[in-house]
Amino acid sequence: MMLQVQDLDVFYGDVQVLDAVSIDIEEGAIVAIVGANGAGKTTLIHALAGMHRPARGHILYRGVEISGWPSHRVCNLGIGQVAEGRQVFPSLSVDDNLDLGAVLPRARADRLKNRKRVLDLFPGLAQRAGQPAGTLSGGEQQMLAIGRCLMGAPQFIMFDEPSLGLAPALVRDVLATIAELNRDGLTCLLVEQNVALSLKLARRAYVLENGRIVLSGSGAELLADDRVRSAYLGL
Amino acid sequence: MPFDVFLNVAVAGVLTGLVYGLMALGLSVIFGVVRVVNFAHGEMMTIAMYLAVVLFSSFHLDPLVMLVPIAAVLFAFGYVLQAGLINRFVTRPEHSQFLLLVALGIIIVNTLLIVFGPDARTVQTSYAYDSFQLGPLIVDATKLYAGAAALIVAALLFAFFRFTLIGKAVRACADNYTGALVIGLNVGRLYALTFGLGAACVGAAGTMMTLIIDVTPSVGPTYTLLAFIIVVTGGLGSMPGALIAGVLIGLTEALAGLLFTPSAKSMFAFGILVLVLLFRPQGILGTRRS
Repeated sequence: MMLQVQDLDVFYGDVQVLDAVSIDIEEGAIVAIVGANGAGKTTLIHALAGMHRPARGHILYRGVEISGWPSHRVCNLGIGQVAEGRQVFPSLSVDDNLDLGAVLPRARADRLKNRKRVLDLFPGLAQRAGQPAGTLSGGEQQMLAIGRCLMGAPQFIMFDEPSLGLAPALVRDVLATIAELNRDGLTCLLVEQNVALSLKLARRAYVLENGRIVLSGSGAELLADDRVRSAYLGL
Repeated sequence: MPFDVFLNVAVAGVLTGLVYGLMALGLSVIFGVVRVVNFAHGEMMTIAMYLAVVLFSSFHLDPLVMLVPIAAVLFAFGYVLQAGLINRFVTRPEHSQFLLLVALGIIIVNTLLIVFGPDARTVQTSYAYDSFQLGPLIVDATKLYAGAAALIVAALLFAFFRFTLIGKAVRACADNYTGALVIGLNVGRLYALTFGLGAACVGAAGTMMTLIIDVTPSVGPTYTLLAFIIVVTGGLGSMPGALIAGVLIGLTEALAGLLFTPSAKSMFAFGILVLVLLFRPQGILGTRRS
């Protein structure tokens, strides 16, 4: 098992955001988390990334307890994140953004190789190399955010709403990119507002409601589930 | 008034202003990245000044030679201060940070008073009364060395932020804090490095200030205020802005001293601040924040 989350409780102040969340992510899988706004999806990713300390529970990455580790140590294990809102560095050039993605000790040696790989995957970024990242379009910034994450040579990537704010054609591009990265061996956790597309991609999926996992199964099972269809697909 | 007197005073003002600019650059770098205003900035400068005075009076070490070691000591001081203390305050409300740093400033002033007493100390170098003549222009050697050294240190700092990966990582923290965490930057350590660099700037500036002014423990708060005026005038968080505003304030003070009376020079520095706040509140090179 690549990542095991066991009975995770997370609070913001006095408010409990996650309640006994347990998730298993197999090596090589795409696992989707679906749920309404405010269900705790981003909080879950922040807890896994070491950006928010859980109150209780365990996070095991390849059997190692990483709950409570600071984010820079978690990243250096090979856990990458494509954050909600892209979180590029707007005043730094596209080149510098990519270079900083490889700032982790684990990624320094292979940065030229990874850079070539990223620019092959997103040829559009090469043309914008010297431009401040803040001047890119939303779609280009998403490519940059994914590219920057790949520069860190991750083995597991958490995608938080990667299609948010993108035109429908670009949404398909982004999700196709995730599928392609997965075929190349990357394990992915996908949190997506586009429930139908993400369940189609996912080997396994969880439904998060008010901080609790209320349903889980294969992507196909959840797509066929009446509750999912009425609550998230409007069918 | 003869024009060459005017010119000489203006050049002296610009050179002093470069040292002011370097001092303010330290404050600006710290605020721009860590988002904490160092209210002990001038007090930290006096630490550097007393170091320079002691090294000179006890060991005859020239302040210009001691520039690098003293800046290194201040770097270490700033680094440890941020890593050990201020990092715990970065997410706290501003008044709490203010109290912490004002308290630090008071502790520094009074420690210096206990150790050195209230009397003014000076560094009398062999070149203290030397000057260079360029046509009608007469430039004090001390001010020329101090201004040149300030420019070199500032240029090194600019190059560090522009061309090195660590410098870019520091800028990334300032640009997008969440983004910095996402890519795995050790933000606490980069903040400590930044505070160290800001302290090193003020350390270098303080070392050179001993060539220009006498030092007493009480100059600290005065220069905290001056650095603050310069940073606000230049634009909060703008590095070139701090340097340019430093030169502007230095020039203004010198000309005010010449045309009116030296005791009125601070009034004119504050006047510039008031004008900037009225007509360009974001500062000379600052950008508006929404």
